[in-house]
Amino acid sequence: MTINFRDETFRDDFTFRNSPEAIKRFPFPFHEDSYMYSVNMEPHKSYRPGSVYERTFDVDEHYVSEMKDRAKVLAEDPLRCQSLPHMTLAGWDLLELIMVSKAEEYPDLFELHRDGNKWHWINKPLGIDQKFVFLDEATLPYGPMEYITRQTQGDFAVLDQRDDNLWMDAGMVTTQADWSLDFDIGMNFFEWHAPVPKAHEMGIFVRALKFLLNVRQGAPARRLNWTMTVNPLLDTSPENYHKWGVMKQDLTMENMGEKMHLRVELQTFFRLPRSNALVFPIRCYLIKLGELVTEPKWGRRLHRVLRDLPEELATYKGFISNRPKIVEWLSKYDDGKPTSPGIWPD
Amino acid sequence: MPKTAFEPSIKSRPIYGTLEPRPGKSHLMIADAEGAEAILDLAKSTPKGMFDHTHIIYIPKKTGETFTGRLRELNPAQCYVGPSYEAALPRLRRVLNDAHMGLQVYLSGSEGLMGQAMLEATNAGIPHSAIQTEHRGSTARRMQCVHCKGITEDVTTDPFQCAHCGLHLFVRDHYSRRIAAFQGVRVDAEEPGNVPEPVERFK
Ligand code: HEM
Repeated sequence: MTINFRDETFRDDFTFRNSPEAIKRFPFPFHEDSYMYSVNMEPHKSYRPGSVYERTFDVDEHYVSEMKDRAKVLAEDPLRCQSLPHMTLAGWDLLELIMVSKAEEYPDLFELHRDGNKWHWINKPLGIDQKFVFLDEATLPYGPMEYITRQTQGDFAVLDQRDDNLWMDAGMVTTQADWSLDFDIGMNFFEWHAPVPKAHEMGIFVRALKFLLNVRQGAPARRLNWTMTVNPLLDTSPENYHKWGVMKQDLTMENMGEKMHLRVELQTFFRLPRSNALVFPIRCYLIKLGELVTEPKWGRRLHRVLRDLPEELATYKGFISNRPKIVEWLSKYDDGKPTSPGIWPD
Repeated sequence: MPKTAFEPSIKSRPIYGTLEPRPGKSHLMIADAEGAEAILDLAKSTPKGMFDHTHIIYIPKKTGETFTGRLRELNPAQCYVGPSYEAALPRLRRVLNDAHMGLQVYLSGSEGLMGQAMLEATNAGIPHSAIQTEHRGSTARRMQCVHCKGITEDVTTDPFQCAHCGLHLFVRDHYSRRIAAFQGVRVDAEEPGNVPEPVERFK
């Protein structure tokens, strides 16, 4: 399998786009014509070769460019990556999980050679060749969590488990849907979810936490979340909201297909072996509406979902002011025909 | 001034109670402004001799001399009246450093004061179960600007202007214990220049 890594940007001139193959494998998040919060978790099992669910950590054509974007975000704001002192061991657990999975599942791209604690990591797409001593921080250029997540697509929250709760005590967060690691670090599951409308009252967080506390090593789980983003911005952080918020004004019926993106997060949950921490990778996939409607089922369905989405959700997700325009544009792709169940294209 | 009754709020915001005397080898009471009244009310039901083992750290702010005399009349072992929280901080840290098992901590007054002192106490290893809080007086908020990270104290209006970067920010209910502050986010991010009239939401 070869991946043609695209040279593209997620800022300034926004040259990001998806190849036809990437469109086909996009994780469309709606299995029916409407959407409401639910405890939507399932085992993170390998499934549908070629899909984003096949591998433990999906690597796609945007990998190299996404890692360049992350490096830029971190250069501007080092607070996007933080780890409280007791989380270093969890960082090593995470490094091991990622290196072992990637070397096994993408042998053409990554190699890991282990001789006791002497490790040798080769990351071909990024041109990295690193020898280091496992569990010895001084032998890596960054802490273990930062080192490996600078080489892995998606944000990462690393949760300490104690007092029957999860605590966001470490993370690498540069591609987030408008929340701040620097503000949320140290919070528990209910505290960092505090701003979410409806879901607390629906009992979703109580049930979700119960599930997460019981995730066992070797039995990871996953779920999808989504929002809408104007321009292919990976970094829609609150820190930079005063820079990207204004872009929402630029949306017109003419540029909708190019500028408006469905943003889907593939969220996974892994128990880590030494620290008993839980790691929560949040992988962001972007697709232009113009790309999305090339699958007629998705165009029809997205139109219905966005049209009927409760107002509180559209407000929380930040697209309430643009919703009428988006729905009008999408309506051209909805002929009223029934859609087949499930997320896959027909 | 009676206790403040807050509207139900989101789950990141702490819930405050009513101070009550607890058995302990020593007692540390930290208050600002009307928070003094919570200590005075507490004193009505304290067991005899408790104030012989009590250290009061008090920042009167706008209340000036209103409560200082009555606090001193409680005859605490130590009573410090300081001009600001920042000024009191080295002393507070010194006291917490020396804290032994069995120290009880009582916090009262503004959310900003309680939040910051709570952080110092927990950083010093005092268990949550040994710390009580009671809100009194101003509902003004201590705000962190999410953009420049600067803290603006005693915010009473929404929106308000960040004391550091000058952006106009709206006041969120999302609260961080680690920063002991609420979050402020640029109010005119989507339409620069369109800043609503500030409304006094907190007094
Ligand atoms: C432990 C792993 C998890 C982490 C670190 C996490 C983190 C977050 C964060 C930071 C937010 C944004 C809150 C804000 O507005 O500031 C959020 C939103 C949300 N989370 Fe989680 N979450 C986790 C697990 C879950 C699970 C298992 C569920 C299951 C139902 C869930 C449901 C939601 C929902 C519904 C939202 C609102 C999303 C939207 O409308 O766009 N989360 N989460």
